[in-house]
Formats: sequence, C-alpha cells, structure tokens
Amino acid sequence: MNAIPLVATSPEQEWHLPYKGRIGMYGLIIAESAIFTIFVIAYIYYIGKSLYGPTPQQVLDVPIVNTICLLSSSITIFLSERAIERNNLKTFGLWWAATIALGAIFLIGTGIEWHKLIYHDGLTISTNLFGTTFYSLVGLHATHVVVGLIMLTIVLLFTLTGHVKHEHSERVQVLALYWHFVDAVWVVVFTVVYIVGR
Amino acid sequence: MADQTLPIHGALDLTPPREREHTLLETLHSWVTTVDHKKLGLMYMMMSIFFLLVGGAEAIFIRIQLAVPNNHFVSPQTFNRLFTMHGTTMVFLVGMPLVFAWANYIVPLQIGARDMAFPRLNAFSFWLTLFGGLFLYYSFIGGPGLYGTGSAPDVTWWAYAPLTLKAFSPGHATDYWALALIVTGFGTIGGGINIIATVISMRCKGMTLMRMPLFSWVMFVDGAFVLIVITPLTASQVMLLIDRYLGGHFFDTQAGGSATVWMHFFWIFGHPEVYVLVFPAFAIASEVIQVFSRKALFGYPAMVAAIIGIAFVSVSVWAHHMFTIGMTSAGNAFFVLSTELVGIPTGIKIFNWLATMWGGKIRFATPMLFAIAFLFQFLCAGLTGIMLSIAPWNWQLHGSYFVIAHFHYILVGAIVFMVFSGIYYWFPKATGRMMSETLGKWHFWLFFIGFHLTFDTMHFVGFEGMPRWIYTYPADRGWQNINLVVSIGGLIQGIAVLIFAYNLISSLFKGKIAGNDPWDAWTLEWATTSPPPVYNFATDPVVRSWRPLWDLKHPENPDWKYD
Repeated sequence: MNAIPLVATSPEQEWHLPYKGRIGMYGLIIAESAIFTIFVIAYIYYIGKSLYGPTPQQVLDVPIVNTICLLSSSITIFLSERAIERNNLKTFGLWWAATIALGAIFLIGTGIEWHKLIYHDGLTISTNLFGTTFYSLVGLHATHVVVGLIMLTIVLLFTLTGHVKHEHSERVQVLALYWHFVDAVWVVVFTVVYIVGR
Repeated sequence: MADQTLPIHGALDLTPPREREHTLLETLHSWVTTVDHKKLGLMYMMMSIFFLLVGGAEAIFIRIQLAVPNNHFVSPQTFNRLFTMHGTTMVFLVGMPLVFAWANYIVPLQIGARDMAFPRLNAFSFWLTLFGGLFLYYSFIGGPGLYGTGSAPDVTWWAYAPLTLKAFSPGHATDYWALALIVTGFGTIGGGINIIATVISMRCKGMTLMRMPLFSWVMFVDGAFVLIVITPLTASQVMLLIDRYLGGHFFDTQAGGSATVWMHFFWIFGHPEVYVLVFPAFAIASEVIQVFSRKALFGYPAMVAAIIGIAFVSVSVWAHHMFTIGMTSAGNAFFVLSTELVGIPTGIKIFNWLATMWGGKIRFATPMLFAIAFLFQFLCAGLTGIMLSIAPWNWQLHGSYFVIAHFHYILVGAIVFMVFSGIYYWFPKATGRMMSETLGKWHFWLFFIGFHLTFDTMHFVGFEGMPRWIYTYPADRGWQNINLVVSIGGLIQGIAVLIFAYNLISSLFKGKIAGNDPWDAWTLEWATTSPPPVYNFATDPVVRSWRPLWDLKHPENPDWKYD
C-alpha cells in the first residue's frame, strides 16, 4: 500500500477562503429572490383576472424618470466602491451621497405615482385584484429600497464623521451588493408591471 | 491507543479552568446572552425536545379521541385545533429547530472553526424561532379561554384558502398561525445564511470542500436549500395577511382570486420542506453508520452528488400533493415523473449506506440500532411515496390515512429515529457523559414496536377508506380494531419517549464519564475535549483528508495517501 508514492498537498500552502460577509449577503439575496419570485408569479398569473376596474391600461404610466434614477444609482454606487478600494474617501462619500439622492428620487416618484393612483384613479389595495397585486409587488420592492436607503444613510453618516476607512472597503461592498440586488429586482418588477402587464 | 494521540497535540488549553462559582442567575444570564454556537445548538435542541413533547401530547390526545368509535373525549373544535397545532408544531417548532441544532453544534466543530460565521445573527435567529413558537402557543390563551382551547389555529397546517380568509375564519386564530410562522421563518433564513457562510468561509486549513465530513456537506446543502424553501411560505403568508387585513384579493375567488394559487404556493414550500427536515437525518446516518460499521463511508462523492440532486429535484415535485384538484394530464404526468425521479438519488444514498455496512464490523450500540431501523423505514416510506406519486393511485388514496401513514414513516420513522440516534451519538461530546445503554435499548425497542404498531396499521385503515381529519367514526365501518391498535402504538411510543427523556436527564448527572472520543470516531469534533471549551480548538487544526482523526490514529496508513 505504501508503495504508492503519492504527494499529499502540503498543509503549508496558502489557505484562502471567501469573505464571509459576501457569502452571507449572497445567501440573503437568494432568499429575497425567492420571495420576489412568488410575488412576481402571483402578479403574472393574475394579469387580466380582475373582475372590475380600474385596469392597468387605464391608470398606469411608465415611470421612466424613476427607472433611470434607480438604475443609474447602481453606477454611482459602483463608482463609490471603486473609490474606497483606491482609498479615495472623498470621492467615495460623494458618489455614495449621489446614490442616496437617486434612491430618494425613486421613492418620491413612487409616492407621487401612488398618490395619483389612490386619490385620482381610486385604486387601492382592496379595490380589485390588480390593486392587490400591484401594491404588494411594487410595495415590496419599495420596502427594500427604504431598507437599503436607511443602511446607505448610516454609512454616509459614518463617512461624514470620518469613521469609514479604506479597511472597511469589503464591508461597504457587501452593502453595495444589496443595493445592486434592489436595482436588479426593479428591472424584473418594471418589466412585469409596466410592460407585460399593461 | 487512541488516547495517546487524542486530543490533537496543542489543540487544548491545559491551564486549569477558573473556579466555577456561578449563581443560578449568572448561569441563566450566560445562556440568554450567549452567542456561542454550542450553547445555541443546545438551546435549539432543548426547544425541539420541549415542543416534541408538546406536539406528542397533542398526538396522544388525537389518538385517544380516535381509539374507539363514537368517542367524545374532546370536542370537534378542539380536535381541529389539536391536529392543526400538532402538525404546525412538529414541522416548524421541532423539525426546523433540529436542523439548526445539529448544524450549530456539530458543523463548526467538524470543520475546525471557532464559531459560526455570524454568532450574533445566530443568537438572533434562535430567539426569533423560540419567540415565534411561544407566540403560536400563546394562541391557546384568549378567545373563549383555555378551556375552549382559546383561539388556537384550526385550519390544518397547510391552511388552505379560502378557509383562512376573514369571512370563514374570523377572530385571530389564523393570524397567530401566519404571524408565528413568518417570525420563525425569518429565524430560519438567518440560520440558513449562517450555515452556508460558515461552511464556505470558516473551514480550517486544508479542509477543501471534498474533504468536508459528509455531515457538514449535508447540512451545508440544507442551509442553502432552506433559503429557497421557507421564503415562498413567508411570501404567501404575507399575501394571506394582506387578504385578511387590507382587504386584498389574492385568494378571494369572488374578486377573481384563486384558492389554487395558495395551494401551489404552499406546496412549493411544503414539499421541499420535507427534504429540509430529513436532511439532518441523512447527515447523522452518514456519520453514525460509518463509525459503527468501522468502515469509511462508501461512495463519498456519490453521496455528495446525491444530496445536491435530491435538493434540485425536490423543488419541482410540489404538485403531487394536488393531483385531486384536476390538473391537465401534462401537469399530472410531469409531477408523476419528477416525483419518481427523487427515487434515484435517494436510492443512491440507501445503497451507499448499505455498502458502508457491508463487510463492516458492526457495533450494535443504541445509535446504530436507530440507524439500522431508519434505513429500512426510510426505504418503506420511499416506496409508499412512489406509490402515492402515481396519479391514479393518488386519486384513490388522497386524503386517506394511507397518506398520513406514508409521511409519518418519513417524519417519525426516518427523522425522529435519526434524531434519537444523533443524540445518543453526540451526547457524550456535548456533556462529557455517556447516555445509559440499557435505557437506550429499552427506548429503542419500545419506540420501534410502538412505531410499527401505529404506522404500519395506519396504511391498512387508509386502504379501508378512513379519511383524514375526521373527528370520529361510526362502529360499523370496520375501522375500530385497527384504530385501537394505532392508538396503543401511539401510547407505547409516548412511553418510550418518556424513557428517553429520563435517560437524557439522569445521564446528564450520573452518566459514565465519556472521555474525548468514546466511539473511536474520525471527525474533528472528537479531537477536542468533551464538552468542548468555548474556543473549540486552542490551535487551528490542519487536515489532509476527510477523516482527520483516522490519519492521526493510523499514521502508518493515513487516508490522504489515497486522495
């Protein structure tokens, strides 16, 4: 048996494992994706099944400005990730603040849209099946934007007080991962609600 | 001989521990505020055992009610609440915490880590799970009061719409159910994230994925799996609450909604959930069978592939719970075939366990007895599963006691048996004392006999047409003798579990001192003291094969030579 001269890998070899925060965030993203999947499936299944109006065709406008803002916030947060990796903290703070501003514009836009739907078109979550699925899917996404904005703002406050340093780069990127996810989900929600469902 | 090499040289801090002068309050405080994976694992385990006794008591009440025809031991309303709470408790407050009990206690030790990846998230997940459970049981108080069993849920554990809607379930019973499960569900998500991050990022030096003990592999797959399994339930319960409180119409057929959608959403969670619960049983079997057969596990890579295969296939089989709702024949055919496909990876596992035992020097200690019983019972459960996956057969037996017999064969015959096996196996590690073998054998044989009396006979009463959920039955149906046997078997199982509980407590104080490695095992958790110190290993272990302790005990013939 011991005649087989096998070279075992030396334990002195470099041992490098992925950053646990990143893995944890991927896990959360997988779980969240499953939740969104169920709501998206419900939305798609119930398209056109409302027994009475108003219908999406009558009341929904495509939120183009909103979408552009949210999707470009992925670019700004990417720029701030790159800045902190290069230890360029001022640029980091600037792009980070821009991300928050763009996210906030998105939320305000959603608020204006919902205000119009509720008070002008009379569509609430209990009006019809469309209202139920629309508010819960878009609302679920908006909730994630709110959570993301709260966390981004906390990091911004720490940046302004000078607590965010180059060594936090990896943690900041984990948070950015969540923000990218929120943006990516919007692509799906946008497609389903405003293009397929309208 | 083994003792000379164990624990791993330098693995332990040999300075004497500080004098232990803790008051009760300090001890309590240390448990409540702990973020230690071992303490949290034990707390998950204690929670499971506690709710196992509670859910078991509910089962006993159900069986007393059904033991004889025309019985009125409990009221019909109470009966509905009993079987709802029994199911909900056993799945969410026993089965799910068990997943995390094992993963928490064993996985970091097996992969040579200091703790889980996110200790505070770990504690948070546990307390969410526990308080979700307590919240569910709080429902017994309130409504018409404890005597009328309060406002406990009475909509069965899958809570089909539209029964759960406000019009048909007024009051708060259904809300307790939905909210409690959302809360424990968040705990589950946190736990799952923790397991995958631990396994991917915390393995000790040299432990590549294919050198991970199979137990950790299975728990890793389970941790990832649970993330896509529990979340559809969370989503659909949010929809249910929207329907109930905000006037939504997801499941409201009068506004175009669909009750079938709830069924799909529930079983997209519900069927993979069974695999989430059974994976720990696979994990424990993979350790116990090899250690007590004195042979390395047969077909390690195939076992890894099979567990991943089961996880993948099982997310596409859910509608076999719904053959009777009238799907298209294409739908029926798809779910028949996908369900039967699960038999292939499962078969690989069973054959590999058998091949591990084949030619081994088997020690029939209590953990192994449970494992052997598990093998045969799991096989039988799989076979009745294949029977039920055939749509025409399912049309005949859907909603009968045959189905109950089938899934209890998995839940009790596979999962509970392996949980007992695992407790007997790792109890010495967690407490430093052996459990009594004599009581263990009594426990095993009584539980084994009780199990077969109950669940074998239940198949036959199912064939004879006894439907599920019925409160009582007339004497002329030919069901009464079998039902009496079923109930007697239930009582015997109850007695066996009480023996187990006594064994657990008495061994904790008076058990034989175990030593570090009582079973002469091969994975890293046996390389540290029993019970392990807070820091697990004083120096980070380095491994070169998936049986590091074998390598240590047999330097002349180590595993890594054959990698």
